[in-house]
Amino acid sequence: MSNADNRNSKGVETTGHVWDGDLQEYNNPPPMWWTWAFYGTIVFALIYWLLYPTWPIGKDFTKGMFNNITFVNDKGEEVTTHWNMRALFLKDQQTGEQAVKQREYLDKIAKSSYAEIMQDPDKMAFVNSMAKVLFADNCGPCHGRGADGVIGLYPNLRDDDWLWGGTIEDIEQTIRKGRNGYMPSFAGVFPKEKLEAVAAYVLSLSGIEGEDKAKIEEGKHIFQGEEGGCYYCHAKDAKGMKSQGSANLADKVWTIANVPAAATYEQKLAEVEKVIVNGVNREMPAWEGRLSDTQIRLLTVYVHQLGGGK
Amino acid sequence: MFKHETIETNSALLTVLALIAMGIGGLVEIVPLHYINDTIEKVDGVRPYTPLELRGRDIYQREGCFLCHSQMIRPFRDEALRYGHYSLAAESQYDHPFQWGSKRTGPDLARVGGKYSNEWHVQHLKAPRSVVPESIMPNYPWLLENDLQYLDIGDRMRALKKVGVPYSLTKEEYDANVEKFGEEVAKMLDINRAEENLLAEAQADNFDGNPNRLTEMDALVAYLQMLGTLVDFSKYDEGYFVEFR
Repeated sequence: MSNADNRNSKGVETTGHVWDGDLQEYNNPPPMWWTWAFYGTIVFALIYWLLYPTWPIGKDFTKGMFNNITFVNDKGEEVTTHWNMRALFLKDQQTGEQAVKQREYLDKIAKSSYAEIMQDPDKMAFVNSMAKVLFADNCGPCHGRGADGVIGLYPNLRDDDWLWGGTIEDIEQTIRKGRNGYMPSFAGVFPKEKLEAVAAYVLSLSGIEGEDKAKIEEGKHIFQGEEGGCYYCHAKDAKGMKSQGSANLADKVWTIANVPAAATYEQKLAEVEKVIVNGVNREMPAWEGRLSDTQIRLLTVYVHQLGGGK
Repeated sequence: MFKHETIETNSALLTVLALIAMGIGGLVEIVPLHYINDTIEKVDGVRPYTPLELRGRDIYQREGCFLCHSQMIRPFRDEALRYGHYSLAAESQYDHPFQWGSKRTGPDLARVGGKYSNEWHVQHLKAPRSVVPESIMPNYPWLLENDLQYLDIGDRMRALKKVGVPYSLTKEEYDANVEKFGEEVAKMLDINRAEENLLAEAQADNFDGNPNRLTEMDALVAYLQMLGTLVDFSKYDEGYFVEFR
């Protein structure tokens, strides 16, 4: 598109547009390097069309040439196919440098017993790095990235107090199958005085005692008798039962009632009463199926060695 | 002679020609996907949303969750390690609009279903930092306070039916669904029973933890808990999905 007639005072061709009476635009050709770069993109596209899947033809498309990918399917057969992301991904999973390196360790973990893993510093180093990431993504949202839990909601995994058991087998079972922690609501079951008595007894088990010793005795009676029936799940000694996932009330660890944060004895009572009235309903999802067996093993060892494993 | 100036000084012509130029790009890139045989993988289990899930998806869109959360796991090793199997085209075939997203400020949600408990979702949506202290997600406390509006559920399903989602109105459509998805699913896709289905599902699963109320939280959690759970990947050879590319 030449505008030979449109020349400014210096003789350079312009586009012919004039704004505000004197503003003009030069019509210089683009620089050579730019022009050649532009042709270069066209050549690139032609080569790309040849090598990669590009053009649709009817119900099919061009598959590309000289660019096949070979991977192994689940049956162990070698499959060669035209270039595509899915095949490339499978190939990377199977033969990629990082994947191979990681698989070597994953195989070791899968084949070793828990005792063997825990005695081998090399394997433990792998557990600590890989399970830490697995934990942060899968377990962290509830238990916290550092496994400290959230009081009132999700248990702390760093202490040695275990609702469902802290042996390596128990932990694996918990991760694999999930858990459903349930305490019924006692709303409307007790009048206010009896509710307070049970709470006072529960607090006294952890060494927090008010003035009113008779109340504690009354609470004990309700707790251990048919009136409250608390002992069905928490046991007569109030140390909890692993089979029920019921809390040990006789230690100083609190998972639901935020007793440590309550300042006065009255507030501590109110915290415990709240749990009795509302009940507890918590679910840990089952990870079998979502996580691989080896990933579950990694997490089991990791959780076990966080500090509280038995 | 035709001058470029003619286009530049005529906005209507410029618009028309620009649309044609962009149209060619769209035609070449998008249209073939609708008739190429291998676009959508043939897998069992993928079904349209139940009425309650559908209301949840609408709330997901209303609250703009897609602005921070994608629903598209790409076939890369790091994504497989974190999120699970890469997403299939089949898994979003009934999504209108699709929720693939283009930016992850939060994690991908394509397979979040079943990963965390209902109570966690409720707590986390209400106050994310109460469970994940480092989270920057906003609080959505009104989801628990708002009653779920569900009287227009039939209309919402009819609208999706117009764009090809196989919700059924007539006996023939219902029978076709029984054939395709089995009786249990077909019942859920029946627009005539949408309201009772929605109420029954909310009643049965009580997603928000409060059995006495039907809130927006019920619907949203129902939706989140089914994301990415429909296809049983253990049934398929990994090589099978490659055949569709």
